[in-house]
Amino acid sequence: MNFSADTRFHRQLFLFNGLLPAVLILIDGWRGKLGANPVEYVTRATGVLTLVFLILTLLVTPLRKIYGWNWLLKQRRLLGLYAFFYGVAHLLTYLAYDRDWQLQTVVGDVYKRPFIALGMFSFLLMVPLAVTSTNAMIKKLGGPRWAQLHRLTYYTAIGGVLHYWAIVKSDVTYPFFFAVIVTLLLGWRVVMSIKKARGAAPRAL
Amino acid sequence: MKDSSPIPSSEVTPEETFLNRRFFMKSAIWAGSTLATAGLYRSFSPRPEVEDTGTAIATVAEPSLQTTLAADERVNSFTDIAGYNNYYEFSTDKSAVAAKAKDFVTDPWSVQVGGLVQKPRSFDLADLLKFESVERTYRFRCVEGWSMVIPWVGFPLSKLLAMVEPLSAATHVAFETYYDIKQMPDSRYAGIDLPYVEGLRLDEAMHPLTLLATGLYGKTLPNQNGAPVRLVVPWKYGFKSIKSVVKITLMDREPPTTWSLANPGEYGFYSNVNPTVDHPRWSQAHERRIGEMGSRPTLMFNGYAEQVAHLYAGMDLSADF
Repeated sequence: MNFSADTRFHRQLFLFNGLLPAVLILIDGWRGKLGANPVEYVTRATGVLTLVFLILTLLVTPLRKIYGWNWLLKQRRLLGLYAFFYGVAHLLTYLAYDRDWQLQTVVGDVYKRPFIALGMFSFLLMVPLAVTSTNAMIKKLGGPRWAQLHRLTYYTAIGGVLHYWAIVKSDVTYPFFFAVIVTLLLGWRVVMSIKKARGAAPRAL
Repeated sequence: MKDSSPIPSSEVTPEETFLNRRFFMKSAIWAGSTLATAGLYRSFSPRPEVEDTGTAIATVAEPSLQTTLAADERVNSFTDIAGYNNYYEFSTDKSAVAAKAKDFVTDPWSVQVGGLVQKPRSFDLADLLKFESVERTYRFRCVEGWSMVIPWVGFPLSKLLAMVEPLSAATHVAFETYYDIKQMPDSRYAGIDLPYVEGLRLDEAMHPLTLLATGLYGKTLPNQNGAPVRLVVPWKYGFKSIKSVVKITLMDREPPTTWSLANPGEYGFYSNVNPTVDHPRWSQAHERRIGEMGSRPTLMFNGYAEQVAHLYAGMDLSADF
């Protein structure tokens, strides 16, 4: 039996597991089990989930190239959209609880607090990617241009990790963990592109 | 090329078995992935299971120092107070401190009081519990922007200081928290230098609102709240209210304090609650009261301006933050 060909099964599996944390947060919230400070918890959890799904998205290409798991490519869009979904949830908790829906104060806040600016920048980079995630948009833009645009994911991931790093008071264990993973994932791409450039160049000898 | 060794029909999996096996595998993947995702999520989500193992402390009534809560302010639940703690020696995760501090040894205990005093001495647990205890319900405002209302049990620090007779040269008081990496293995992730140290000006230390707390909700302190004895300075950000005190030293200069050593641009020596002086990374104008969804305006000196504002007369509080 060949599971790597069962795209429908993968889709259901990824869809369900991606939504599961959101469902658990809602259930815990309904039961009043989000701890003493639910707002802080939901803000942090949705932020971390955004980073987790960005990393899963960036993991697809290395896994394909190294292990030949090409079937993953068909699920990458879903992973990216989940990163956007949790990013929207993260932004909404900020707007609702940190800003009390006083949207006119957001610009000033971005200006005043560098970590808010980093977060907003990273989120805004995801917007064009979510908008151009449909098949029609891919066709309209054309493969290479679409791929070029979607490299913005790299900057979102870097900005997201810096945003996390800038908010902790002193214990940088988690931001450091995410920074290492993002560095590895982006570093691998740099190494691959250098190798490719060398391979394409005419041999000197 | 013709296959010379065709698979005998006896070895071909019957369709029914094949589908069953496939169904079984899919079910296993569903169950496994669901358990893994939920388990991973659960391992990071708060588990506030708090035990109340304290023993009762007798208190005397204090008609002159009634608490000054507004009509809409409620005392926080024991679960909130004992399940959400900043105690970096145990964990930087506020929901995890209670479990990690569970086996912290607080008996025997001794507090060394010395420095510029006439009669240096140490106080053991029994000595501390001999002080006449009072109940004080104070607002507690964390520098991170959340707050609680906590019914402390303790006695004014001034009473202890009076016993050691500070010399006239003494202007400040330094405090130090117990530190033992064996009991606090996660402290290596704290990102701050330990032992934790704090300080007050002598007049702040002698102020009647400044408490050495030995309990809350009428019982001895839970470990995660700073057992067996901690400082409570209700008009300052929570980190000034140092936990599990082992050393009190009278000095003739401002002592170093942990958070201003870690980040002098963000945390000053005074750290009075002040809605008009923002933390560089967030506003201090409002606070989230634990147990409430909306936010409350933060009060000058955490609502104790009437009692303490005179201590800072003539000072620029945005410079001496």
